Amino acid sequence: MSLNRRRFLRKAGMVTALGLGGTFVITGLRGKVEASEYETPQQGLVAKRWAMVVDMSKFKTKEDYNRVIEACHSVHNVPGLGNPKDEIKWIWNEDYEHAFTSQNNRYMKESVKNHPFIVLCNHCENPPCVRACPTEATFQRPDGIVDMDFHRCIGCRFCMAACPYGARSFNFRDPRPFIKEINPDFPTRTLGVVEKCNFCVERLEKGLMPACVEKSKGGLIFGDLDDPRSEVRKIVSSQYTIRRKPELGTQPSVYYLVGGGDLV
Amino acid sequence: MYKGGRIIASLVFVVALLSLPFFYNMGKGNKGPVINLNTSAILQLADKQCVEPTEWMRANHMKLLLQWREEAVRMGKTEYINSQGKSFKISLQTCLHCHYDPALNTSDQFCVSCHNYTAVKPNCWSCHTWPKEAGK
Repeated sequence: MSLNRRRFLRKAGMVTALGLGGTFVITGLRGKVEASEYETPQQGLVAKRWAMVVDMSKFKTKEDYNRVIEACHSVHNVPGLGNPKDEIKWIWNEDYEHAFTSQNNRYMKESVKNHPFIVLCNHCENPPCVRACPTEATFQRPDGIVDMDFHRCIGCRFCMAACPYGARSFNFRDPRPFIKEINPDFPTRTLGVVEKCNFCVERLEKGLMPACVEKSKGGLIFGDLDDPRSEVRKIVSSQYTIRRKPELGTQPSVYYLVGGGDLV
Repeated sequence: MYKGGRIIASLVFVVALLSLPFFYNMGKGNKGPVINLNTSAILQLADKQCVEPTEWMRANHMKLLLQWREEAVRMGKTEYINSQGKSFKISLQTCLHCHYDPALNTSDQFCVSCHNYTAVKPNCWSCHTWPKEAGK
């Protein structure tokens, strides 16, 4: 059996064509999804730029704070690890000195100085955590919410170093055993994953306000900052509000209304 | 052949040794995984079909779940309209609504039994929860 070059090439070409055609037939048949679509739910709340106003005059007793924190942490399966080193927090208390580091006068009204502020992820317009994340696990949605895709988080903690507000927590331990009651509608996290407040994206898409806002009795106001008729916009444009570390240029979306009531 | 007897004997021995597992397992039927499709939610369905036709799901459920994940988490599109125009909420809980049987152990659940059989180890359940775990 002798094969000259021409016949060899012809046969090789035929075999290749057959092979490629065969795989195409198989994968073409199996991988076909008949016209399916993905849609945003109709009942969901939408905005151009979600923002929150914290009315500090509504936070008076310990109970006012704990109710809000508990509402968030129970919905999102945030574990109670019981020691500040491993602590996971989405929304928590911070004193004025540490929350507003650059606006710290020596002689300040005692009630402001000693009054805890409620702090959470600021969902910055220019989020440094998003720029730091090497896997795009943290990303900014078109509505301004800085959300996390826990599936992609590799636990490098660059975002934690990048965040000037300490809004991110790392799971140094398996959080599961420390969750009082697991809410099956929201995933827990696992060892080695960073987490933070997500402005309740999973509730917004159901048409609900964030859990903390719902339980705050008017202390937290949530809405579209881009909409001139929204309550947050009205407050921000008519009253004096402060934001955390505005000098960094991150443009936080959480505004603090101090002087809204008798307290401060 | 120089030392032919030894060579042939050794060859026979090696071939026998290598084929031992095949003979050992010969005749033992391959039962396949026990897949439970009789959950109360499935029994109540008039049209017993998953979000897409069964054959397609069998081959592509993992691709579909990954696509669901991307669309829901990153794009905010949490509703899936299937090829027949029916709408489903994108969530693992949608799957579990039909495929989870509270009467069974975790190892006998629909997805686990098949994944165990095929030695596939997806890590969904390190974060997502079974309805039972949630109850505790």
